[in-house]
Amino acid sequence: MKLRRRQRERLSLWLQYLAFVAVIAVVVLAADWGRLREAFFRVDIIESMFPTVITVALRNTILYTLGAFAFGLVFGTILALMRLSRVAPYRWVATAYIELFRGLPALLVLFLVGYGIPIAFPEREIPGGVFGSISIGLGLTAAAYMAETIRAGIQAVPKGQMEAARTLGMSHFTAMRTIVIPQAFRIVIPPLTNELILLTKDSSLAYVLGVTAQTIEVTKFGRDTLNDRVNATPLLVAGLTYLIITLPLSQLVRRLELRYAKAR
Amino acid sequence: MTTSPSRPAVEIRDLHKSFGPLEVLKGIDFEVGHGEVVCVIGPSGSGKSTLLRCVNLLEEPTAGKIWVDGTEMTDPDVEIDAVRRGIGMVFQSFNLFPHLTVLDNLTIAQRRVLRRGRAEAERVARANLARVGLTDKAGAYPAQLSGGQQQRAAIARSLSMDPKLMLFDEPTSALDPELVGDVLTVMRQLAEEGMTMMVVTHEMAFARDVADRVVFMDGGVVVEQGPPREVLGAPRHERTRSFLSRVLDPTHVAQLDPPGQSAEPPTSPGLPADDRHQI
Repeated sequence: MKLRRRQRERLSLWLQYLAFVAVIAVVVLAADWGRLREAFFRVDIIESMFPTVITVALRNTILYTLGAFAFGLVFGTILALMRLSRVAPYRWVATAYIELFRGLPALLVLFLVGYGIPIAFPEREIPGGVFGSISIGLGLTAAAYMAETIRAGIQAVPKGQMEAARTLGMSHFTAMRTIVIPQAFRIVIPPLTNELILLTKDSSLAYVLGVTAQTIEVTKFGRDTLNDRVNATPLLVAGLTYLIITLPLSQLVRRLELRYAKAR
Repeated sequence: MTTSPSRPAVEIRDLHKSFGPLEVLKGIDFEVGHGEVVCVIGPSGSGKSTLLRCVNLLEEPTAGKIWVDGTEMTDPDVEIDAVRRGIGMVFQSFNLFPHLTVLDNLTIAQRRVLRRGRAEAERVARANLARVGLTDKAGAYPAQLSGGQQQRAAIARSLSMDPKLMLFDEPTSALDPELVGDVLTVMRQLAEEGMTMMVVTHEMAFARDVADRVVFMDGGVVVEQGPPREVLGAPRHERTRSFLSRVLDPTHVAQLDPPGQSAEPPTSPGLPADDRHQI
């Protein structure tokens, strides 16, 4: 018997649901929940991690992330403007920088900043200690990514905007600053959020700089606790702690985008 | 900057402009007197928009000289930002700043360029909004306005800088037909107040009624110019006649173009493939 179109579609949908439920059932039934709970969900260990995981570890993670993001945003904007510059050497320098730093692992750059700068300038210290080092170390890499995003945003602003601004007597710089760049940033809010979330997780690389009890961040705190207690529960706690940052962030950005939609 | 009242508002001598191998303007000589309204008409690709954009140096001429109010625009050392303050420009696509309210669109250049205080800038802005009939739209964003309202806001934005010369680049071409009238009314009112205007347009009725002089361009040269009565009413050149018959009677089929003469002139050259904001 031949099925009619809607019957065929319904049947296909039910088969997909069935397959999905089957996969989940197999995983749930096959897993050893007792051992899992013992390894990842020891309530006494969870309790022992509070409040330090929030008051120190989460706080530092947020600080490192914001520091790196701010450094990356400012430096990335400068690089983007250099790439779009009429001055050829600016374009060469910016392009070379972006290609180099996009190709290097953030871990390596962090090492170079954390240990290279003190060797190169023995008389001076990076301001802010670990905070300063990680802001610069991660920010240098983030700037390379953000520069390309911001450049694309600037180029997405219609040429007529610059022309209208110049026609009103604004200099190129004033027109960029008051007309083009504000519109470009509205365009690149989603990709920049992505970068911020990536940086949140990259801040876990701070351990290579040798953090102390005061400068520890979420992942390192989880790993240290894991070593102390010989149990994986701290990793679960650390993972959930990151979600405390990233989930509200996504929500905030959705609202920002809605607000700017009116002024586009 | 030397300003001499005896010089015309706009003076163009042997202007050439090429985009790569494509020569768009092939030697234009042209003047606009103070208080004069000049309409430039012609088929698309004839170079009329390019000519207009050369006047305030949005396009860099390849050769020739341009003076605006006695200041040589083509002088490499011209203080271009200072000269442009006195030249308003209205674009086909309005080019309002979408991230700013209408009021801020009108005040931002007054404040950043003319260094006017907030109160004075807003006073001037509101006076000009009233002039174009948009008093109640000061707080709106451009996206909340109709095309006709956006174009009138754009005109008010230019007027807020107290220009001595206004350039209009096909100001009604992007509008729905029923919105064209409001914009043309504002422009006519401006003309009657004595503003010097250079208008690239396809609105023949506006050219006939408002212009002091009509200039017909084709193929990068000025084919003929004169009072609207002559150029539009009794054109001397065959090219003008065939253009006018196509514009005024577009569905007319009896008289086809002679073979070998393309009915459709080359399309607009577009901008050079260059995505840098280097104006």
